[in-house]
Amino acid sequence: MSIPRLNEDEVEQLPPDIAKKARALLLSLVRPHLPMAIFLFVIVVLTALFLVIGPIFIADALDNGVPKAVEGDPGPLIRAVSAFIISAIASAVLAFASTRLVGITAQKVVYTLRSRLFGHIQRLDLGYHERSTSGRLVSRQTSDMESVQQFLTYSLFDTALALFEMTFIAVTLIVLDVPLAIVVFLGFIPLFFITKSAHTSQRNAYRRTRTSIAKVIVHFVETMGGIRAVQAYRRQPDRRGTLKDEDTAYRDANTDALRGVAWFAGWTRLVGNVTQTVIIIVGAWLVIEDWTQVGVLAAFILYLRRFYGPLDELVQSFNLYQSASAALEKMAAVLDTDPEVVAPSHPKTLPAHSSHQVSGATSAAEELASKPSGRSIDLNHVRFSYGDGPDVLPRFDLRIPAGEIVALVGATGAGKSTLVKLVTRFYDPSEGRVTIDEVDLRDLDDTQLRASVVMVTQESFLFAGTISDNIRIGNPDAGDDEVIAAATAVGLDPYIRNLPEGYDTDVKKRGGRLSSGQRQLVSFARVFLANPDIVVLDEATAHLDIPSERLVQKALATVLEGRTAIIIAHRLSTVEIADRVLVMDSGRIIEDGTPDELISGAGKFAQLHKAWRDSLV
Amino acid sequence: MRPLLRFWPDLRSRIGVYIAVLALTLLANGIQLIIPLITGHIIDGPIAHRDLSGLWLPVLGVLIIGIAEAVALWGRRLLVAPVVAQWEITWRSRLFDRLQYTSVAIHDSWESGQLLSRAINDLSQLRRFFAFGIPFLVTTPLIIIIGTIILTFLQPVFGLIMLIMAIPTIATVTVFEKRYREASRLSQDTVGEITTEVEESIQGIRILKSFGRSPWAAQRFSLLSRKFQGIEVRKAKLDSWFWSVLILLPTLAQAAIVAVGTWGVVQGWTTIGTVVAGVTISMVMRMPIEMLGFLLADALMALTAAARYWEVIDIRHDITDADGRIADAPDVGRYKGELDFEDVDFHFADTDRETLKNLNLHIEPGQTLAIVGATGSGKTTLASLVPRLQDVTGGSVRVDGTDIRDLPVNEVRNLVSVSFEDPILFSTSVAENVSMGAPGVDDDAIWRALEITAAKDFVERLPEGLDTQVGEQGLSLSGGQRQRLALARAVIGAPRILVLDDPLSAVDVDTEDRVQRALREILPDSTTLIIAHRPSTSALADAVAVLDEGRIVALGTHDELLGSSPLYRELMGASGAADHATVERSAAEHSSEGGTR
Repeated sequence: MSIPRLNEDEVEQLPPDIAKKARALLLSLVRPHLPMAIFLFVIVVLTALFLVIGPIFIADALDNGVPKAVEGDPGPLIRAVSAFIISAIASAVLAFASTRLVGITAQKVVYTLRSRLFGHIQRLDLGYHERSTSGRLVSRQTSDMESVQQFLTYSLFDTALALFEMTFIAVTLIVLDVPLAIVVFLGFIPLFFITKSAHTSQRNAYRRTRTSIAKVIVHFVETMGGIRAVQAYRRQPDRRGTLKDEDTAYRDANTDALRGVAWFAGWTRLVGNVTQTVIIIVGAWLVIEDWTQVGVLAAFILYLRRFYGPLDELVQSFNLYQSASAALEKMAAVLDTDPEVVAPSHPKTLPAHSSHQVSGATSAAEELASKPSGRSIDLNHVRFSYGDGPDVLPRFDLRIPAGEIVALVGATGAGKSTLVKLVTRFYDPSEGRVTIDEVDLRDLDDTQLRASVVMVTQESFLFAGTISDNIRIGNPDAGDDEVIAAATAVGLDPYIRNLPEGYDTDVKKRGGRLSSGQRQLVSFARVFLANPDIVVLDEATAHLDIPSERLVQKALATVLEGRTAIIIAHRLSTVEIADRVLVMDSGRIIEDGTPDELISGAGKFAQLHKAWRDSLV
Repeated sequence: MRPLLRFWPDLRSRIGVYIAVLALTLLANGIQLIIPLITGHIIDGPIAHRDLSGLWLPVLGVLIIGIAEAVALWGRRLLVAPVVAQWEITWRSRLFDRLQYTSVAIHDSWESGQLLSRAINDLSQLRRFFAFGIPFLVTTPLIIIIGTIILTFLQPVFGLIMLIMAIPTIATVTVFEKRYREASRLSQDTVGEITTEVEESIQGIRILKSFGRSPWAAQRFSLLSRKFQGIEVRKAKLDSWFWSVLILLPTLAQAAIVAVGTWGVVQGWTTIGTVVAGVTISMVMRMPIEMLGFLLADALMALTAAARYWEVIDIRHDITDADGRIADAPDVGRYKGELDFEDVDFHFADTDRETLKNLNLHIEPGQTLAIVGATGSGKTTLASLVPRLQDVTGGSVRVDGTDIRDLPVNEVRNLVSVSFEDPILFSTSVAENVSMGAPGVDDDAIWRALEITAAKDFVERLPEGLDTQVGEQGLSLSGGQRQRLALARAVIGAPRILVLDDPLSAVDVDTEDRVQRALREILPDSTTLIIAHRPSTSALADAVAVLDEGRIVALGTHDELLGSSPLYRELMGASGAADHATVERSAAEHSSEGGTR
């Protein structure tokens, strides 16, 4: 037997127990639908039963009903035909119910799986996201999900149905004639080995298809995302070449998988047909030796055909199952990854504010008017490194009192971004603790942390939807007037009013193109809506022209009043609104003081500031 | 049907194999009609007569036909596998290539997930359809028709019963088809939306996390998934109606054949044997009829997938060479690098609002022009015109007097090197990312380019130097580091024309200053258009143009403009913007020795 051998090396390395985890995942998805599963089980049994008995009524009509009717007694015929029609209607109703219920249940399961995967990916720490490729995670939610959905919708029920039909026929066969039934069951021995071998090779082939299609998706996403550079640098032939390589691997895996199905289906059918021939020979011999009756043999042969009929369904289902389980393995691997930044099991809350509420349920005017008190930030004996790598931030202490605005200055790679990632708990420190109002961030409830500390980064990503939707990321509950107030505060409002549909303009459609400067203004507007205690700005004004930057700063000066803020900026104009400047170099804070102190001193900041002054007019 | 028919050229190129597949499908399905005949013969003949010697021939026949069926089944799948697997990737490469050459403006109007879902989900749907759907769609009706004809010959009334049954079947199909097609389109479009949402939720993870909006995003996603769930359930409900009708109708026909046939036997116009044969044949026909439901649903999904595929392939390429195509590597002529904007107008295709209006600029070869303007004044659009990422809608951009629209697209892009405000790095090594600007250069040239952009130091410190993998699948670099690598890519190979769109916004002033000076010294011959926010940049340029709402409102050197243009002074932060003046002054006092360089 020669089911094609597959190259084992091509199979992506997954944890050894991943198949078990995938099964556990499937089980956990199906468990909540247990009552429905039982109900469907009953439907399966009934459907199989009607499939088997339907032909009996027809046979009865032909064998008894017709001769009797010819003789003038239509009773038996009417009964048999009526029974057949009733069984036909019952079959149709069962098919109706099962298609519907399977569809509904499968979609529920897929919905749960989708949401679970989405939620888990969102929970994974930033470190994970920085290490992994977006395209690969996208492929889990698209191509792999499709595979699972296909299996659940089209195969699970059919598999059960085929198995029951075969069981009922097997029982019938045993009742009919034991020796002949034994011949049939002997045919199961080669079938067992064929299936076992196909299981191994097909699982590998389908794992390869999942791995290779993910690579295709990664390449596709990257190319389309970077289309400007692709075109400007004429990378099309090169990109096409890479796609071809990735896609060839996918095609080969797919061809192997489909060929595997061919072998599996062919062998299965062959075993079925050879068994049939053997049955005829053995049966004929038994009949001639008078060990069995002609009618029994005839029924046997007729049933045998039906017995092997569902095998094709099973082969098809088997492959959808292999594909889906390879996909489930990939998903299980993602779901099995624990975030390194974990939510506390017993979350603490921040001490109450005197005048500022975190809930954000108050009206815009009140929120903007309320004088927040800010919160203090403490970094105690904090050290940070990625994994076991060298220290990015050697051990240090830092205290930022509530309401202080701190400017963080230093060359690229000095550790400024890492420091703020600790304060925003994108990373946990390798040693020491980061606290806000004396509460360790690791103990703080995530919702409260995110409501309290907000960071604006240099990249200003827009989500599909309208501009006001995008601003509302700061506070999804904000009303239109609050959105407009926030946009006005950062100077975005006039631009938006110029757009075809104003605040309702879709950022991806007609006239919704925003320049990078405008996108950054959207980021700022989000902060205005979010109304946090602590604001972290990481290079957030880099794409703004000087007047826009000033406008933002003016607005910030108002909004930051009373709040705690950490601002990273290369343009030292930011320092104008800072109470304190920290200069970092190679992960250490080398200068710390008020702007005036540092400017008048002879340190690094004085130099930087001089260079910056010179760079101005 | 049209979207599917458009795949005919692909089908025709492999028509031999495909016909073989169809023949084998027909054979495998047709044999099912023969085996019962032979087994019937065996039972009635040799077994009934206990004639062991008469058994061998028909048994051999059963065995041969059984083997033939298995071989046909195996052969069909084996033959079709490589063909459809190849088609899928061929179609994807066409889609990919169409998109690679589609202009940026059109790209921006598509949601990313809509493109991806077409390239992946729709194409795999089409692959399945071509592998199984079509062969069965072709052979199944054939078997039904043959069966009906046999029935008609057997007994015209039986044929009539099958024809009568066809009426409600066709009616059901008609009702079903329209609704299912709508649902299918909605479903596949929603897959695109889901893909977009997934992509964005991962690419925008920093923003979602920093605002604590992951639960909000999850909720939004749930809503979309619910919508998708609803559509799929709608499809399942349509399926349930359709499939149960298709199960019911042929069985009712069978019952009718028994009833009418018996009546015929009583009346004397038919025989019991004919009724038995009729029932047996109608039994064999049930399976194909039931299968029609699945096949039709599959065909409608494939039709939607095909329509969605062709929508992308049919995207018009609006920025092309003179012959309407885009050559990958056209000959590149020798140019001095004189760059002109003549009466340039630009508006996006979907709006009349002019982004750039009647714009005139002239840059001598080797000169540097800085473009200064407020956010949204059209600077980036202006920059995108030079490498023909967008084409003007009025006037012309000229290199050495030639309208760049008369040059092959990739000749222009060869002459013009661009650095974008959002640096784009690909998932490959630093060396490859940088050398993209001038393929084939050696490591020395890469190091020189990195030195110009002040990136040499940090690249040397990377774990594997030039060979370090960067981009999404590699090491994550800071914004400033990425910008400097992207800039190195632009300057490597001393391009004729350099377009720099705020290339150093994330770099500290000191480094920026070093890079600016290095650029001027090392690339004296490159004509440079640079978008600048900072005075230090524009001060180094030979001339500065001030852009306001798509028009050039002032042109001159930095010093001239400081004197003559209030807008320029404001943009450079030099105007006495009242509320900042005091802060500025106090800051200036502290650096009292500053101001000269």
